[in-house]
Amino acid sequence: MKSEIRDVDEVRIIELSGKITIGSGDVKIRELVDKALADGQSKILLDLGGVTAIDSSGIGEMVACYTTVTKRGGQLKLIRLSPKINDILQVTQLITVFDVLDTVQEGLAAFK
Amino acid sequence: MATPPSMDEPPSLHAHLVLTSRFENIEIAERALVDLCDRSGCDGDHRYWIVTALREAVANAIRHGNRQDPSRSVRIDYTIADCVVTIRVEDEGAGFDPAQVPDPTDPANLLRPCGRGIFYMRQFMNQVEFSRAPGGGTAVEMVRRLEPQTRSPGDEE
Repeated sequence: MKSEIRDVDEVRIIELSGKITIGSGDVKIRELVDKALADGQSKILLDLGGVTAIDSSGIGEMVACYTTVTKRGGQLKLIRLSPKINDILQVTQLITVFDVLDTVQEGLAAFK
Repeated sequence: MATPPSMDEPPSLHAHLVLTSRFENIEIAERALVDLCDRSGCDGDHRYWIVTALREAVANAIRHGNRQDPSRSVRIDYTIADCVVTIRVEDEGAGFDPAQVPDPTDPANLLRPCGRGIFYMRQFMNQVEFSRAPGGGTAVEMVRRLEPQTRSPGDEE
């Protein structure tokens, strides 16, 4: 998994690509979100546009991050889900938990 | 690794892998499956979901079954025959009761960080059955039928 981070105003955008799977990508997500919180950025946009595969560990880490960020009074939203990643969130009904938006612009606007 | 069909048998593909219990070996399990799928003409969507289910089964065998003990093996059997993909994954763990795994879509469990692997396997395969492996560990056999897709040329339906 690869990642790039950038801040737009008060929002930390974490752009992920590749596989978010057990033993590699899953741990990386947690580190990136922990770093955002340590940097004082609690509005987080996870950009999944480049993610090709995610497994239950990757999904589990996203859920854990969502809980951590929410408990700290922040917000974590998802953007640019591929149809397959969308299906994976849909079948476990996590699509009802996460705020999911189509584009970066819509994601940024959703924090306002 | 994979055996091509012999001249006097119906075309079928079979492979057997023995992996040490390391998460990076899930990539090897995936590559073998992708290779078999490509040779059998198993299309992109079918392949994607079968790979997803395989990764969950192997991850469970490594993490929960063999507890990441590299001296314990994970055995994988792949068969693609008559438009049916069958995958069997065996670990060398203590075995478990799949009925004890809570439903991850129950509202009370939605925010649990784990417990979705078997659910995904059941969603993406037509049949998932757990049993005791001969050595006492867990064996899971998963089947997906490759029904003809509407766009595939040459389909009978």
